[in-house]
Amino acid sequence: MIRAMDRLRLRLPRLDRFLETLGDLARHRSAAIGGSMMAAIILTSLVFPLFYSVDPVANDLLVRFLPPVWLEGGSWEHLLGTDNIGRDVLARILHGSRISLLVGVSTVLVAATAGVLLGLVAGYFGGRLDDVIMRVGDVFLAYPFMLLTISVIAVLGPSIFNLILVLALSDWVTYARTVRGSVLSVKQAEFVQAARAIGTSRAVIIWRHVLPNILSPVLVLGTVRTANYIIWESGLSFLGMGVPPPTPTWGRMLAEGRVYLIDSWWLATIPGVAIMLTILAINLFGDGLRDALDPRLKPTSG
Amino acid sequence: MLQYTLTRLSHMIFVMFGISLISFFFIHLSGDPVGLMLPPDATKAQVEELRQELGFNDPLPEQYLRFVTRAIRGDFGRSIYSHEPVVAMIKDRLPASLELAVAAMIISLLVAIPVGVFSAVKRGSLLDTGSMFLALFGLSMPHFWLGIMMILLFSVRWGWLPTSGRGGIEHLIMPALALGLSLMAMFARLTRSVMLEVLSLDYIRTARAKGLLEAVVVGKHALKNALIPLVTVAGLQFGFLLGGTVIIETVFAWPGLGRLVVKAILDRDYPVVQASVLMMAVIFVAVNFVVDLLYAYLDPQITYRREKA
Repeated sequence: MIRAMDRLRLRLPRLDRFLETLGDLARHRSAAIGGSMMAAIILTSLVFPLFYSVDPVANDLLVRFLPPVWLEGGSWEHLLGTDNIGRDVLARILHGSRISLLVGVSTVLVAATAGVLLGLVAGYFGGRLDDVIMRVGDVFLAYPFMLLTISVIAVLGPSIFNLILVLALSDWVTYARTVRGSVLSVKQAEFVQAARAIGTSRAVIIWRHVLPNILSPVLVLGTVRTANYIIWESGLSFLGMGVPPPTPTWGRMLAEGRVYLIDSWWLATIPGVAIMLTILAINLFGDGLRDALDPRLKPTSG
Repeated sequence: MLQYTLTRLSHMIFVMFGISLISFFFIHLSGDPVGLMLPPDATKAQVEELRQELGFNDPLPEQYLRFVTRAIRGDFGRSIYSHEPVVAMIKDRLPASLELAVAAMIISLLVAIPVGVFSAVKRGSLLDTGSMFLALFGLSMPHFWLGIMMILLFSVRWGWLPTSGRGGIEHLIMPALALGLSLMAMFARLTRSVMLEVLSLDYIRTARAKGLLEAVVVGKHALKNALIPLVTVAGLQFGFLLGGTVIIETVFAWPGLGRLVVKAILDRDYPVVQASVLMMAVIFVAVNFVVDLLYAYLDPQITYRREKA
């Protein structure tokens, strides 16, 4: 009973802080804009089949290279036009959004989990283990990541799973380095020293005292990196090493559209706009999140 | 300082060792390259003969050792397909990639530093808000798409610049800009935030109180310190820039290392892949080594023992 109350009391300030952060975010202009954009994009990618059920791979050779509806020759039947074999561009964009978001979110989960774990171990235990983890990290940092991803995909074959795996493999070190740095400073904090002095086990110290205090930089980093993963995914798809056809992806739409740049410029333009808006939303939100979580950057100072 | 330099050097050697190990074992992960070198109707005996000749039957550590000792002497063997010496192929392509990466780096710094400084000095002004908004857009555009859009406008529509290939400065403009734009955006944001931090420090107040011209305070006293983190990030980014050329070279048909290596990976032309990866890694590691030393030199506050990350 007493324990439960203790727990509650311990939790309360954190909840307060969480609400305060939410408030900061809502007041922060770019966070509010980016957050709403992100919400709209995610929601659309989830529920669009209810409103728009056109098959993204169904081709119709009678309506090839149809321009978007606002251009001359456009048709209301294909709002964003059709591609070189008459597939509906809007349907492909909508389905493609699922791939981009899936890859972005899954990669950040895998990479951050691995990076946080290794960073915690390296920072908290130090010594040999720290050396080994960070040196291996250096190798991954110096390995030209684009070549690493392409080589791994070339060996394992292109698939969503491999893509996520390889992106996470090349980026865990970013999280590990950040976490390690934060752990080194948190480790010296009085409350950690105190916990150690009363004989709290290492696992509990790390889980209850260290981890909660290093999460905000990881959160900010994860948000910003997600944008990168989405760009990388589209880049790999652009090179033909992403998610294999027939699944529509933004990167491959771009690559296919590039061939018809002269006559049908919209084919390469539209997927790029989709990527850019998604990344813009994430970046705006990430900026706001950083401001809200980093007390040093609150508008009152500097 | 000597101790610090030696530690960094030993890290460098370890990193190169790790990279050589990874790129070596890729060959063995992905099946037998010998099968690719011979026509499909080759007999078992022919395959075996070639395996023996290339040393694929030796124990792995022995093969690795041979690979490394040869690599150190600059011998990476020959391409499986063209039978050209790999070193010659890289020598042909590397200058083009470096040209692109260096041009992108220079353009982005030349634009980003003044923009960042002005934004910080005129904080909250239209110029600040406007350029930071643009920077956010720059960060959000995939560079290969930007490249395609530039081709669409400047080559296809207006016919100002050539769509592809390498040649004079007119060939370099678009790929370098496309490659450098996100970097430019990042540097502008970084310069701004560092300048804001530096400008709020005491020594700047002192400089102002002494009655120095604002231009001197900003341009000399503040900028000098703001450049320190910029140098580090620029060094780290240079390595990524080299990796970024992989896609942009495809977009602009730029005859560089990036395109060579993508083709080599798809063709399983392992000697070429290994050598290119090592080359890019060496450049990355060397640039960062120089940056680390430069950093220690620029910032007297750094104690050389502290550096462990």
